[in-house]
Amino acid sequence: MELPTQTFRVTRADLVRYAGASGDFNPIHWSDRFATKVGLPGVIAHGMFTMALVGRAVTAWAGSPDAVVDFGVRFTRPVVVPDDDTGTEIVVTAVVREVTDAGLTRLDVTATCLGEKVLSQARATVRTAG
Amino acid sequence: MPLDQSFVGRTYPPTAPYQVGREKIREFATAIGATDPAHHDPQAARALGHPDVVAPPTFPVVITMAASRQLIEDPALGIDYSRVVHGDQRFAYTRPVVAGDELVCVNTVEDITSRGGHEFLTTRTDVTTTAGEPVVAVWSKLVVRGEA
Repeated sequence: MELPTQTFRVTRADLVRYAGASGDFNPIHWSDRFATKVGLPGVIAHGMFTMALVGRAVTAWAGSPDAVVDFGVRFTRPVVVPDDDTGTEIVVTAVVREVTDAGLTRLDVTATCLGEKVLSQARATVRTAG
Repeated sequence: MPLDQSFVGRTYPPTAPYQVGREKIREFATAIGATDPAHHDPQAARALGHPDVVAPPTFPVVITMAASRQLIEDPALGIDYSRVVHGDQRFAYTRPVVAGDELVCVNTVEDITSRGGHEFLTTRTDVTTTAGEPVVAVWSKLVVRGEA
């Protein structure tokens, strides 16, 4: 079963806010000068910010903010965030892989940016009330 | 300089307790756009059976990233952090993190491998309360990019 697609807009302001809240002040997430110096196309989103947005999608699908029991991803491609008002967009989809007798639902999640996958092996297990 | 393989299996001493604050959870939830009342309103969290506001699923990284400085700054392990990128991340929860938790991290080096000129360091961080109650286990794979 495929779950409803969820999209998340990401701007530079979001990255600054996430840096402050998470304590991850790596300059590749706020300085084009630094990001390009280390070979990136520009400022990129924190991988953990992308994962947090996917976490929002997962809890929304599960219907409860405390439903996640296991959540893992592999970061495969950076999410480049341009310095403008629109930023970029992350599109999150998922399919239900398994529903266990113990009331757990396993999801295979896909996250894309500009049509390219930014995560692989993204999986979540959620507790579903039943 | 390659990472020291003898670190596989090594466990570091527990970190100093991290006090999970209600405002920190609200700040983190706001930063990721998580508007569910259980992240912000203690009453809403209590209605779900929690003692105080509930952290979003990836919140523990705030604690484990700080705790991982133990490894990153260990000169004997020899990580060049300027060449590190994040490979994998996983959380396995016993229960969600809630405001009021006092959490201790124990870092273990699970694996060190080398492939294509890059090195891969997998760590597991067991996050427990100061009373020893398990809360979440966190795996992180760091990629140390080779010098081209």
